[in-house]
Amino acid sequence: MLDSKKIRSDFPILHQQINGHPLVYLDNGATSQKPRAVIDALVRYYERDNSNVHRGLHALSMRATDGYEGARTRIAKFINAADPAEIIFTRGTTESINLVARSWAHAHLKSGDVILTTEMEHHSNLVPWQQAAKAAGATVRYIPVLGTDAEGGLDLAALDTLLTPQVKLFAFTHISNTLGTINPAAELCRRARAVGAITVIDAAQSIGHAPLDVRALGCDFLAFSGHKMCGPTGIGVLYGRQALLDKLAPDETGGGMVVNVTYESATWKPTPERHEAGTPHVAGAIGLAAACDYLDTIGREAIAAHDHTLAQLAMEKLSAIPGIRILGPRAGAERAGLVSFAFPDVHAHDIVTFADEDGLALRGGHHCNQPLMRKLGLTSTTRASFYFYNTADEIDLLVTSLRRIQKFFAGT
Amino acid sequence: MSADLSELYQQVILDHNRRPRNRGKLPTANRVAHGDNPTCGDQCNVYLRVDGDRIAEISFDGSGCAISQASASLMTTQLKGKTAIEAVKLYDEFHHIVTTGETPEDISDLAAFAGVHTFPARIKCATLGWHAALNALKGDEAPSTTESHID
Ligand SMILES: Cc1ncc(COP(=O)(O)O)c(C=O)c1O
Repeated sequence: MLDSKKIRSDFPILHQQINGHPLVYLDNGATSQKPRAVIDALVRYYERDNSNVHRGLHALSMRATDGYEGARTRIAKFINAADPAEIIFTRGTTESINLVARSWAHAHLKSGDVILTTEMEHHSNLVPWQQAAKAAGATVRYIPVLGTDAEGGLDLAALDTLLTPQVKLFAFTHISNTLGTINPAAELCRRARAVGAITVIDAAQSIGHAPLDVRALGCDFLAFSGHKMCGPTGIGVLYGRQALLDKLAPDETGGGMVVNVTYESATWKPTPERHEAGTPHVAGAIGLAAACDYLDTIGREAIAAHDHTLAQLAMEKLSAIPGIRILGPRAGAERAGLVSFAFPDVHAHDIVTFADEDGLALRGGHHCNQPLMRKLGLTSTTRASFYFYNTADEIDLLVTSLRRIQKFFAGT
Repeated sequence: MSADLSELYQQVILDHNRRPRNRGKLPTANRVAHGDNPTCGDQCNVYLRVDGDRIAEISFDGSGCAISQASASLMTTQLKGKTAIEAVKLYDEFHHIVTTGETPEDISDLAAFAGVHTFPARIKCATLGWHAALNALKGDEAPSTTESHID
């Protein structure tokens, strides 16, 4: 495991007391904390380089432009994109997916077409496709999630019947934020390509947790948020193959993305500018590049191994609590660094409120996954999600807290 | 356990959570309303049999945290026999309790929810059932078989 003592000293926020206890931050699936290096990059930018990009010829504007475009290059390298022009800066995963759903689907989807997705998608990778399908008269099909809480994997056998030539686009999550399932993304992309479908990967939960290579995955589009990988909020990325992005009509229009404007019409710049109308989140992009640097200093292989160790430890210790129901892959099976669970007699919100008393930050609710919750016969679960600054001791604190809560509500 | 937390999870609340009163569909209901808390997925249906301008019978079902379930349960015991005007007045008092922590002397068990005010995120849990009940009171007369409304 990573040297957590040293790593934790990089994160100012972790050194505080909550309700008289040291903060145990286990809500990384919602957002990660920020290392000093990222905070410093933001401060440095605003204190030294702040200016608008692409427009000015003065020193600050050139510095800001260099910082912003340098960030694009850094992020392209982080996910092994072929060219920095394949990186579109957005507000985050949600905006990235919406961009594809509106621009690509608007131009290409016809009545009778099918969008394929899965039963385990976050609302952000579900509602935009429903909307796109409705607008075009297309339908959305879902790959079932296997079992109830037994496995949490996708029913890949169903792909033979679901992945037909009518499928024009296949959108799926790399890692389920509710189940912890890691989907076989490269295989899914290969299967989609065989029927000529465009692929969109929601990498919100996988980015920054393990090495990620868009060319090895073979996807057409990939979306992620900076804030889940130690970067700032308000910045994210849509990766798209350049050939697709160049053909894609812009979703938003305005300054910065046009070549020639008359009172009658306008022409678009090539990608990436054509998809970034208006002043971008320059500081956010620079902060995100700093996060890439930071994560690569730690090492993404090492981060993945750390996540894995914590997840297995959590599975082992949580499974031993009487009455607990754990979603997703079984103990021992491969899973991402998060565990969702439910107790028959204690609601997730009561758990989260009690755990907060012990300094633990957990998430309770439907995790933006209402249809899946309904399928599993649940209204909410509690989720503990880990990152490389979490420790084995923190999992013990989680288990102790849960046992105490269970006892309290049992009235014993 | 901290003072705030034991204030929040009072014995009355734990008791209503463990042994909810008037829980289940009401076969004779002529009013029904559904309450949703989209941020947490809590749900509550309230069934009323309104007789003249009085709540003759009341029940609830749904799922949610201890606060929302106990609040709905306790509410049913308080609203039975009340007129719509009395119900709204009682809700106003309850709302005042959960948002300020102030408890008037004559308010009985509803005062148990005073601890909610130190947990602002939980106020919506405490008022979920009340919103459904007031909506049901405002609503049109529904058929007395209520299944179709919630299934
Ligand atoms: C799997 C998944 N997809 C999409 C999102 C949405 O990300 P954002 O809110 O940053 O746009 C999340 C965030 O919770 C997620 O976990």
